[in-house]
Amino acid sequence: MPHSISPEPSPQEDSILPDAPARPLEDGLDNPSEEESSAGTQTITDVSADAVSKESGNLEDIFDDDDEDDEFSSSTPQASSQTGSQDTIKPAPNASSSDPEVMKAFYQRLFPFRYLFQWLNHSPSPTNDFGHREFAFTLRNDAYLRYQSFPTADLLRKQCIQLNPSRFEIGPVYSTNPRERKTLRRATAFRPISKELVFDIDMTDYDEIRTCCTGASICSRCWTFITMAIKVVDAALRDDFGFRHILWVYSGRRGAHAWVCDRRARDMDDVKRRAVAGYLELLKGGDKSGKKVNVKRPLHPHLERSLGLLREHFQADILCEQDPWASPEKAARLLELLPDKELNKSLQKKWDSAPLRPSSQKWADIDALAATGASESLDTKALRDAKQGIVLEYTYPRLDAEVSKKLNHLLKSPFCVHPATGRVCVPIDTRKVEEFDPLGVPTVTELLAEIDEWARTHSNGEEGDDEKKKVQDWEKTSLKPYVEYFRTFVAGLLKDEKGAVKREREDGESMEF
Amino acid sequence: MLASSRIDPKRRNNLDHRKRQFAQPQWQQQKYEYGLNFYVLPPTAEITLEEFEEWAIARLKVLSELESCTFRNRTLEETTNYMTPILQKHMPLNPSRSSTAQDERKKDHYSHFILRLAFSATEDLRRRFSRLETMLFRLRYKEEDARERKNFVDSLGATMGMSWEKVSEEEEVQELGADLRAATGYAKKGEDEGWFKVDWEKVPELVESRRVLLKRGKAYVPVREQQSLVVAEFGRRLDAALEVSWFFYPVSLDDRDVMLMAPGTAYSTRPPSTRRRRPPLPHPRPPFPILHRPRSNLRRRVLPSGLAPTHQNIDALSQHFPLCMQHLHRTLRQNSHLKHYGRLQYTLFLKGIGLSLEECILFWRRSFKLMTDEKFTKEYKYNIRHAYGDVGGDANRRGRGYTPYSCQKLLTEALPGPGQTHGCPYRTFTVDNLAAMLQQTGVSDRETLKCVREDVARQRYHIACNRVFEYAHKTEIKEVKNKGVWGEAELDTILHPNTYFKRSFLLKHLGEEGHSGE
Repeated sequence: MPHSISPEPSPQEDSILPDAPARPLEDGLDNPSEEESSAGTQTITDVSADAVSKESGNLEDIFDDDDEDDEFSSSTPQASSQTGSQDTIKPAPNASSSDPEVMKAFYQRLFPFRYLFQWLNHSPSPTNDFGHREFAFTLRNDAYLRYQSFPTADLLRKQCIQLNPSRFEIGPVYSTNPRERKTLRRATAFRPISKELVFDIDMTDYDEIRTCCTGASICSRCWTFITMAIKVVDAALRDDFGFRHILWVYSGRRGAHAWVCDRRARDMDDVKRRAVAGYLELLKGGDKSGKKVNVKRPLHPHLERSLGLLREHFQADILCEQDPWASPEKAARLLELLPDKELNKSLQKKWDSAPLRPSSQKWADIDALAATGASESLDTKALRDAKQGIVLEYTYPRLDAEVSKKLNHLLKSPFCVHPATGRVCVPIDTRKVEEFDPLGVPTVTELLAEIDEWARTHSNGEEGDDEKKKVQDWEKTSLKPYVEYFRTFVAGLLKDEKGAVKREREDGESMEF
Repeated sequence: MLASSRIDPKRRNNLDHRKRQFAQPQWQQQKYEYGLNFYVLPPTAEITLEEFEEWAIARLKVLSELESCTFRNRTLEETTNYMTPILQKHMPLNPSRSSTAQDERKKDHYSHFILRLAFSATEDLRRRFSRLETMLFRLRYKEEDARERKNFVDSLGATMGMSWEKVSEEEEVQELGADLRAATGYAKKGEDEGWFKVDWEKVPELVESRRVLLKRGKAYVPVREQQSLVVAEFGRRLDAALEVSWFFYPVSLDDRDVMLMAPGTAYSTRPPSTRRRRPPLPHPRPPFPILHRPRSNLRRRVLPSGLAPTHQNIDALSQHFPLCMQHLHRTLRQNSHLKHYGRLQYTLFLKGIGLSLEECILFWRRSFKLMTDEKFTKEYKYNIRHAYGDVGGDANRRGRGYTPYSCQKLLTEALPGPGQTHGCPYRTFTVDNLAAMLQQTGVSDRETLKCVREDVARQRYHIACNRVFEYAHKTEIKEVKNKGVWGEAELDTILHPNTYFKRSFLLKHLGEEGHSGE
C-alpha cells in the first residue's frame, strides 16, 4: 500500500464511474434524497464568509449559489428526512465498519467534506488546487480506482456515497485534470506539480525494539514511540524548515501521518523532498549492519535538540516500560553497541549472575562500572557517544521515508475509517500530543450510535426546533473536537494563503536568487 | 513554461532591418575570462566542420568516461584521479596566463553547445547530459585554481544575480556560534571561517546530509560549501536551458512524437531543408558502450539445460546463490516473511534463474507460512505478477516486467532501513556480521576472509564477492582452466547476481552437460 508499484487503474474504471460533470447547482434539486443529511458538509460560511464577500468576480456568484443551495437543502428537506428515511441510513446497532451501510451513513452524515475541500483548495471558491487533485478509492471488492478528481466538495461527497469506498487516498495536484490524462497528446503534459509534504510513521518499523506488542496490535505503551516521533519531527519541521501548517493525523491503527501544508512545502520537487526526508532520517542499516546511528560529533543541532526531547522518554518509557534488555539474549544487543571490550566483559559477568536485572539497572551499570575503572583503556568520550547512539536508536523516529520522497505518492485522507479497526483517522493536536490515546479514538459505529443518542436526549424539548436543525451531525458526537481542530487548522492555512497571494501581488517578483 | 521560453518570432529582432546591415555583430568572438563557464551565451562565431566534429567527439569521450565512473561507483576522489589525464588529453583547461587558454576555453564552450543540442532530443538524453555536465563542472570547479575560482564566483554574483548574503560577524555568529560549528564542523587551518545565509531549498544536498544549520527555513552555509551552491545552480540552469534547446531541436513539432518512439529515425524525419544545411550532429548513443552492457548481458543469458527450477528445489539451488540472495533466502526461511524491497530483489533474481511465474507465486505462497491465502492474494500476488510483466501498464507488459537487479543497482541504491534485508551484504553488513555470515555459508579460509575484509574496507564490494566465488569454486575453476574448456570471457568478473548463480551452477555440474552453456 505505501511505496512500490501503484497498481494500474483497473479496467472497469470507466464503467463503474458515473459521468460526473460539474453541475453543483442542480444536484440538490434533482435529488433531494441525496441531500437529506448534508449536515456534514454544510458549514462553509463561518470560516470564510467574510473572505468570500471580499472576493469579487464570477466565482463568487457560483460560490454563493452553492451556499444557498446547501442551506435550502439542510433546512427544509432535512425535517422530513429526520422521520422519513432514518431507518434507511441507520445500520443495525451491532454493525461494524465492514458493513457497507455503516460506511455509507458515515460519508453521508459525518465526514467533513467541506473542510477537506477548503483544506486542499486553499481558497473558498473552487480552484485547480482541488479540481486537479488526484483521489484514489479503495472499493469494497479491493479494486483500486486511481486518477479520480472532482471540481467541488459536493461532487466528491456524492461519489463517496455512491461508490462507498472502504477508504480513499489523496495524491498530488496535476498539471491537467487527472480524468483527462488519456486525452492528452503528450504524456509529459500530465505531471504532478504540487502536494503537501507527507510523512508516515508506522509501528511496524519499531518491531525490533518494542517488547509489548508486535505486528498490527498496539497499546498505550508503544504508542509512546509515535508520540516521541511526532515531537521530534514536528520540532524540526517548524524550527529548522520554518513550516507552520503541519497537520498530524492518526492513521487509524498503529501509526501517524503528517501533512505539511505550507505553500513552500507543497511546491517542493522530489529533490527537496528527499532532502527533508534525509535530514530527518537517522537510523540506517538492516538487521545485520551493527549500530544504526552513525553520526559525526559534535552532534548536529537538530540531533542535539531531538536528543533533549527524547532523553526523558528514554528513561521512563523505554527503560522502565519497554524494558528492552531484560533477557540475556537481548542484553547481548546492548553490549554489541558499546565500544569498550573490557567494560563489556565485566558487564557481562555482572549480568550473568543476575540475568533478569531490569534494563534501567543494566543501563545504570554501564556508568557505574565505568566509574570504578573496570576497563583501563576506557575512552569515556567514545562511551558517551555510544550511549547517545543507543538512546537515539531506541527513541528516534523511524520514518517510512519513501512516502515523503516522492511528489506523486498517495496517502490516506484524514477522517477516513480504518477498515480493520473501524477508527476514524482523526487529527492529532500537537499541543496535546501526550494526551492523545489511539484506543480512545471513536469508531464509526460508536459515532453513529452517538447521533441516535443525541436525537433521543434532545427530542423532548420541542421549543428549540429551529436551532436544532442547525446542529451538524458531527457536532452531536465525539468527533466534534477533532473536526473543530481541523476547522481551525484549515482556517489558519487559508488566512496565510490569502495573505501570501496579496503579498505576491504587491511585491511582484523581487525575490531572485 | 515551455511556451513562454520560446521567442515570439515577431519580437525576436527589434533591430531596424535597414540599420541592421551596419550593426556590430554582438558576440563574434567571446573573450573567456574564466576557465569555468556557466554556458549562458551560445557561441556565434564560425568554426569549420572538422572542428565541429572533433570538439564534439572529444567532449563526448570525456562524458562517457565520466559516466563509466559513476557506473563503477567510484568515489569523487577516485573519479578525479581517473579523469585528470583524460581531461588533460581531450579537453585541457589551463589557467588564464597560459597562451592556449583562450583556444581551450573556446573549444570547451563550443563543444558544450554542440552536445547540448544533440542531447536535447529526448527527456532521457537531457537528463543524462545534465547529470554528466554537472559532474564535469563539479570536477573542474574543485580542481580550479583558488583565486580564479573566486573571481569566477564573484563574477556570477555580479552578472547573474547569484548573490550570497553573508552572515554578519557581530550578531549572528556570536549568537549561533556553537550551533553553527556543530552543524558544519570547524574550518580547517587556512580556510576562512564564515557563513552564507540562503533559503534551504537552494542547497538540498547539504540539507539532506545535515551539513548545514537550519533556522526557520534558512540554511547557514559555510563558505567552503559554496561549491555545492554553485554546482546546484549550474545544474538548474542547464536543465532549463536544455528544455529550450529541445524546443529548437531541428525537427518539426509533428515529427517529434515519431522521433521519441524511435530515436534512430531522427535524421529521416527531419525536414529536408534543415537536413541539408546543418552538419550532422554526432549521435550520442554509440560512444557509450558501457550503458548497454547489462542489457546485452541479459540477452545472452541462456539458461543451463540441466536446470529446472521449481518452487520445491529453490532450497537446493540456493547453494549456488550469491551472498545477497542467500541472505534473503535465509531470512525468508527464518521469518517466513520479507519486506518489500527484499521481495522485489529476490523475485527478480528468481525470475532471472528461470523460475516461471506460476512457480514463483507458489514459492512465495509456501514461504509465507503464517499468512492466509486471502492476505497473500490481496497484498502480494499482484506485485509478483507485476514484476513478471503479467499485469500492469502496456509498457510493463510489453517489456515482460522488470529486469533482475545488477550488482551496480544493488550497490548504488539506498541502504536498507530497520527490518529490511535487501541490498548487497558486503556493503550493508558490518564486517563482523559479514564474516560470520560467510563462515556459515562455508567460507572458512582465513586468508580469503582477511582479503574480503580489506576489499570491504576499500568499498570494493564486488571484488570481495568475486573473491568468495573464486574460493568456493577453486577446484572447478582450476579444472576448466586446465582443460581449456572455458575462455577468459567466461571467467570474467561477475557483475550480476544471476551471472554468479549461472556460473556457479555450471561449474558444479561440469561433467553432466559437456558444454559451458554459452
